[in-house]
Amino acid sequence: MSQTIGYLKETASQTAGPYVHIGLAPHQAGFDIFQNNFGNVLVGAKTKGEHIIVEGRVIDGSGNFVRDVLLECWQANSAGRYNHPGDRQNKPLDDDFRGWGRACSDFATGVYTFQTVKPGCVAGRNGRTMAPHISLWLVARGINIGLNTRLYFSDEEAANAADPVLNSVELPSRRKTLIAQRSQRDGKVVYTFDIVLQGENETVFIDI
Amino acid sequence: MDDAAQGRVTTPMGKPTSNPYPEMYERDHNVQPAAFTPIYKTTVLRSPRNALLTMDHSLSETTGPVFNHNELGLLDNDLILNYAKDGEAIGPRTIVHGYVLEENGRGLPNTLVEFWQANAGGRYRHKHDTYLAPIDPNFGGCGRTLTDENGYYYFRTIKPGAYPWRNYTNSWRPAHIHFSLFGEAFAQRLITQMYFEGDPLVAICPIVKTIPDQGAIDRLVAKLDMNASVPMDTLAYRFDMVLRGRRSTLFENRLEGN
Ligand SMILES: [Fe+3]
Repeated sequence: MSQTIGYLKETASQTAGPYVHIGLAPHQAGFDIFQNNFGNVLVGAKTKGEHIIVEGRVIDGSGNFVRDVLLECWQANSAGRYNHPGDRQNKPLDDDFRGWGRACSDFATGVYTFQTVKPGCVAGRNGRTMAPHISLWLVARGINIGLNTRLYFSDEEAANAADPVLNSVELPSRRKTLIAQRSQRDGKVVYTFDIVLQGENETVFIDI
Repeated sequence: MDDAAQGRVTTPMGKPTSNPYPEMYERDHNVQPAAFTPIYKTTVLRSPRNALLTMDHSLSETTGPVFNHNELGLLDNDLILNYAKDGEAIGPRTIVHGYVLEENGRGLPNTLVEFWQANAGGRYRHKHDTYLAPIDPNFGGCGRTLTDENGYYYFRTIKPGAYPWRNYTNSWRPAHIHFSLFGEAFAQRLITQMYFEGDPLVAICPIVKTIPDQGAIDRLVAKLDMNASVPMDTLAYRFDMVLRGRRSTLFENRLEGN
């Protein structure tokens, strides 16, 4: 009799459904229940680095805005270090920055927003530095398993050109779907990042 | 979930390594739903057409947000009481408990578990839910907790009702509770749904049927647990969940990148 290797299987994913806000953003669902809510503002007044706004829309295969999507972001601080015990890079932590946030698209306009800082470069594998980037994960009704992608910055051309993940996108023309465009509005730095689920200009999603 | 209880393996200790957080195991696409599953109609326009980009894990995927007990309220894991206004939530009193494990069988400590559900009549407290079943004034329908040092979690709620939805003309969701899980790494992030043992709606649900593997479906069905039930008070269900495992670093034959 042969032995069995007893690894467990990952639990199957199921859609977050149309009422994901109830559980993960109840305030947006229309009621207050928790004292402390997780939200889309990652920064406080003391957080180090360039404070930025990331905003955009999620667009479906017919060109319509997805108005019931929930997104989460995960990123390094302005020095390029993750607030996690697994990151042992010799860079400073920022006590005022966890690096994670959660945002819902607006039910009326479809716009999502994060208030955060621009991350620094992070060490990648095999000595290759990664360009500054924010990891994004999104779920919604009609999405069976959360979609992962990365947001890079339009003003980091040199770093982007050397980034191992961007370079692994086979068609160079698709790399631009991962680049957020920098602009200024009311004295604030805004990066615009639309995410196209399907069709022309479909965003590159990552099998992480 | 039997294989979770019986099939644990112990990851052998690797030699010391400078990186305690190596990459996660590859996701098993034989147990996960595809993006495009026309039986669940909303996926038709919300599924990418291009293949996903394959990449090696970096720190961006092997790390993730850390949560703290003091971020949660005392009643956050009690849906019978956490929205009570002038009485307790109506419905079958229910305890849900179990472990959050990773694929090596190790319990995942300090993991944020969030859950949300319809009330006993199958209605959500959401501005977009217009089902004719009534809102329960004492039931919000959401909660959260952190696993303990062994990966164990529990919460109290009322059993949700089944509800109809527009997929086919007569589609009904089985009674279910939505779960959101973090683990220790962003690559482990998962959202799923728990069903109840003995519910005939599970087998005919289009959303359940997006999962290609019957064993994976069975593992989403919580078992009645009489030993954890409170006599004359509350029935209990046992529901274990498994997130991706981390490779043990038995041999590290490449130079550390950082
Ligand atoms: Fe539901």
